[in-house]
Amino acid sequence: MKAKRSRFLLGMLCFGFAFLYVPIILMMIYSFNYSKLVPVWGGFSTRWYTTLFQSEDVWAATALSLKIALLNATFATMLGTLAGIALSRLHSFRGRTLFTGMISAPLVMPEVITGLSLLLLFITLNQLIGWPAERGITTITVAHITFSMAFVAIIIQSRLAGTGRDLEEAALDLGAKPFRVLWDITLPQLAPGMVAGWLLAFTLSLDDLVIASFVSGPGATTLPMLIYSRIRLGLRPDINALATIIILTVTIGVLIAGWIMIRQQRASAQDAEHT
Amino acid sequence: MSGSTLGNWLQSRWQSIVAGIPFIWLLVFFLVPFFIVLKISLAESLIASPPFSKLLDWGDGGLPSLNISIDNYAYLWEDSLYVRTYLNSIKIALICTVLCLLIGYPMAYAIVRAQGTTRYILLLLIILPFWTSFLLRVYAWMGLLADQGTLNSFLMWLGVIEKPIRLLYSQFAVYVGIVYSYLPFMILPLYANMEKLDTSLQEAAADLGAKPMAGFFTVTLPLTAPGILAGSLLVFIPATGEFVIPDLLGGGNVLMIGRILFNEFNSNHDWPVASAVAIALLIVLVVPMMLYHKVQAAEARRGT
Repeated sequence: MKAKRSRFLLGMLCFGFAFLYVPIILMMIYSFNYSKLVPVWGGFSTRWYTTLFQSEDVWAATALSLKIALLNATFATMLGTLAGIALSRLHSFRGRTLFTGMISAPLVMPEVITGLSLLLLFITLNQLIGWPAERGITTITVAHITFSMAFVAIIIQSRLAGTGRDLEEAALDLGAKPFRVLWDITLPQLAPGMVAGWLLAFTLSLDDLVIASFVSGPGATTLPMLIYSRIRLGLRPDINALATIIILTVTIGVLIAGWIMIRQQRASAQDAEHT
Repeated sequence: MSGSTLGNWLQSRWQSIVAGIPFIWLLVFFLVPFFIVLKISLAESLIASPPFSKLLDWGDGGLPSLNISIDNYAYLWEDSLYVRTYLNSIKIALICTVLCLLIGYPMAYAIVRAQGTTRYILLLLIILPFWTSFLLRVYAWMGLLADQGTLNSFLMWLGVIEKPIRLLYSQFAVYVGIVYSYLPFMILPLYANMEKLDTSLQEAAADLGAKPMAGFFTVTLPLTAPGILAGSLLVFIPATGEFVIPDLLGGGNVLMIGRILFNEFNSNHDWPVASAVAIALLIVLVVPMMLYHKVQAAEARRGT
């Protein structure tokens, strides 16, 4: 009976991973297809990569997306860290219920609603105070910060929940002022969480199509917007090449991060054994 | 000394600063926009810039008159297309949630039972798609499902079918796309929940003679209910308002509300109706969203 269950679980695991990975792997293989018709194999070729590297609008869109992602990740990490600390260390302040609601709502809010509401906000603000004068990099960045800071806040909150308050309380008992405790003890403990939050915010921004499409103006096309406008009408071999580059970059990044995590986990497990 | 004054001020005010800055940001860029959407949804559509009527009109005598119109909502209710689309979106999201649960639950269970490094590697393989582009993963299915795509070619090679069957641009493709894209969102909360599970209860059930199936349904399943709920909501809520997947994989045949909203706004430029569509979608989702908020809050409390 037990063996039967294990076989079932193993089978589901294999099926699940095949489901998750076969489409991506096939897409990568077809990026090396000579044929212009994506699914018809016409021999090995790297011509679509050459096409891609020569295409200026791809470079421009990539640069814009990276710029927005960097700005977004930095600001979202700052705001999200403050929000995460507030959520887990300040238990009673006015508007806490509203605050927690505003943190958890963006995690599940359909993107079309967030996009539409932010666009209407920007238009209203423009009529009232003249800012933002035009829609583009600024409006996209502000929109991205708003939803990615919620993800950062959740990471920080769970990290703070995991680390005890012993150190903070000891410092307070020894007469350190609250702000010093926050700066010297809480924040350093949060550093790994902030790195994880920064990376997540960076990827969320690079990934977003819907919200950026709503709040962007003429002249500002992010990489997902460019990809979307090309694949709307069907398969494109150059997009297969672009997808392969993006996915390989991300995979290598995640694998390195994962490898570091596993090593740290092992090191701390060994430390625990020695003490 | 001004430095120490600033220091003192920070000292006494740090709590307000820590909570205040993100609070104000979210107030301005998250909460206020919803009221603007609500406001515009109650306006009338005009051919002007901006293309809607003013809610407050200052007449000649300086007396304000309020122009509230529920025409847009009446229009949504009367046009059977919108009602059908809302129902269809909910149906698709529900079925996809169940499918994600059926695939994700055994996967999460298997990962929790794996030991040491294997467990981390399996978990990493679940998280990896989460970090890679959503849009590109949907695009990958276009290549798989196209008329001359890999799946059709494979089935023809097997001899199951003689000529390509229509897979892309169908309801089926939308189901596949949503389950595929949202599966990690189901597995991760389930894994987080199962990881903390006290296995001694399952062992006790087995020791007391419970058959594996009975043990699963009376012990394991109820204990993992919070994970099931969190995962299901994380799939159901965004899937209901999904735009990219029905647009790229569904073709013109599959009606989903996220797509109608996007088109109403970007092609028809009917802002008041688009706003009403958004508010109606929010009303549909407000109960699951509050439920998710509760689950999230309970999870945060359990951590401390």
